[in-house]
Amino acid sequence: MNFSWRYQKNSLFKLFTLLAALFSLIALTTLLVHILHEGWQYLSPQLLKNFPSRFPHKAGIYPAIMGSLWLMILTFFIAVPLGLLSALYIEEYLPKGKWKSLIMVNIKNLSSMPSIIYGLLGLAIFIHTLGFDHSLLSGALTLSLLILPMIIITATEAIRAVPKSLRMASFALGAEKHQVVFLQVLPAALPGILTGIILSLSRAIGETAPLIVIGAATYISFTPESIMDPFTVIPLQIYSWTSRPQAEFHHLAASAIIVLMILLFSLNLLAVFIRNHFQKYKSRL
Amino acid sequence: MTVFDIKNFSVFYGPKEAVKSVSLKIKKNKVTAVIGPSGCGKSTFLRSLNRMNDFIPNLTTKGEIFFFKENIQKTNPVDLRRKIGMVFQRPNPFPKSIYKNIIWGPKINGYKCNWDELVETSLQKTGLWDEVKDRLNDSALNLSGGQQQRLCIARAIAMNPDVILMDEPCSALDPAATARIEDLIEELSQNYTILIVTHNMQQAARVSEETAFFYNGQLIEFGATKDLFTKPKEKRTEDYITGRFG
Ligand SMILES: Nc1ncnc2c1ncn2[C@@H]1O[C@H](COP(=O)(O)OP(=O)(O)O)[C@@H](O)[C@H]1O
Ligand SMILES: [Mg+2]
Repeated sequence: MNFSWRYQKNSLFKLFTLLAALFSLIALTTLLVHILHEGWQYLSPQLLKNFPSRFPHKAGIYPAIMGSLWLMILTFFIAVPLGLLSALYIEEYLPKGKWKSLIMVNIKNLSSMPSIIYGLLGLAIFIHTLGFDHSLLSGALTLSLLILPMIIITATEAIRAVPKSLRMASFALGAEKHQVVFLQVLPAALPGILTGIILSLSRAIGETAPLIVIGAATYISFTPESIMDPFTVIPLQIYSWTSRPQAEFHHLAASAIIVLMILLFSLNLLAVFIRNHFQKYKSRL
Repeated sequence: MTVFDIKNFSVFYGPKEAVKSVSLKIKKNKVTAVIGPSGCGKSTFLRSLNRMNDFIPNLTTKGEIFFFKENIQKTNPVDLRRKIGMVFQRPNPFPKSIYKNIIWGPKINGYKCNWDELVETSLQKTGLWDEVKDRLNDSALNLSGGQQQRLCIARAIAMNPDVILMDEPCSALDPAATARIEDLIEELSQNYTILIVTHNMQQAARVSEETAFFYNGQLIEFGATKDLFTKPKEKRTEDYITGRFG
């Protein structure tokens, strides 16, 4: 009696988890099918090559793709060194204590702030105070602020996960602290750090709200030549097309979503690949 | 010749005295065993010798340790650790290839030599060469526990130290791997001064020439291993080696 009830409880719980998993799976599949259905007809090389246009059959997302790529690269070069060095400082040099806890709590809070707040911050600092205008640079700096907390958090976690025995073994061989940090701890934490960076970047790529706030253009007929040029990005292009009345533009938006999804999917795949690649150095003991 | 001259040395964790005014001399090219029940301060004592205790917060020391006439509190700990290798309780190879494990220490310390040769001789001295010569670029983490520990010894040897400190190097290993390490210690004792912490009295009796018996942070007895095990001077030593506590 007792046992069979336990057994039933077990299978009941299993059923619930299955239902929950199925629910998310079905919702996602529906969304995916819907978008593919809406967007496949406009999916063509032209979409990737052309500039936006008033005529749906001529419209493309070339400037948006270039804008997104540029923005991603710039954000990478701003946010990664800053985030990585901050994480190393916090984990390796900042003494444990209330300062460290205070800083970590604040960073965790920052990482869960709505992205539009970062847009407002970027508007105030980079555009109004520093006068960078509605440029790629302003966009990249804003997105860097947005993903910095996430990079710092994942990097500190990866660094903390490096076993103490690795540090001790290195010190025992007459290594200086900086050698231990940069030649042992950092490489050992790298897979975790890289995964965090890629996932943060893929978040940055999908962002729209902060870029609208800092006034990124929604219609642009040229590709950025320098970091001071105005720009648009794929999510903004999608946003602008969906707000048009004509149904054709909605289809176009759907095909742009497909492109964005492929981009995001590739980034996530890269993250998985990196994790697996470094797995071979994990102990089997 | 005296390698370590330890004078009234004490270690405190906060207010707690874990090593209590220990004085002894460690002789060159001998194997010295440090025995005693768990928690008696063996590891703390061993870590004092290459100043690995510097990494423990709230730790203070009293007294002096001389390493070849040099007061270690006044030397740069990094220089000290180049000359004093250490092998830990659990094998802790770097998550790198076998080859890189060996050359990492000498390389970052700016030693100049033929790396291939260094790898071969270091592995040969630890009897690992024939087992791994075909897979030097494999991850060291794919070796067995005993092989990993011998790699850690080889890694320490590659620095060409005067002393090798070993803190219960066999406690995570099976009997066969333990026997290999014990043989290795015997071979190495011709060229290196070795201090080995062990809670295994048979091991101390087998590998060491001198033994220090610690109890509750104090050095109770220190002398030739065969004397200490056959005719201990102290009652507590006798009780411990006859298994009455510990
Ligand atoms: N990091 C530490 N902080 C505080 N107390 C410690 C620390 N390490 C060891 N101790 C204490 O010091 C004493 C000696 O420990 P240890 O040297 O590890 O003994 P053994 O190696 O002989 O087992 C023990 O009572 C232990 O609890
Ligand atoms: Mg110990």
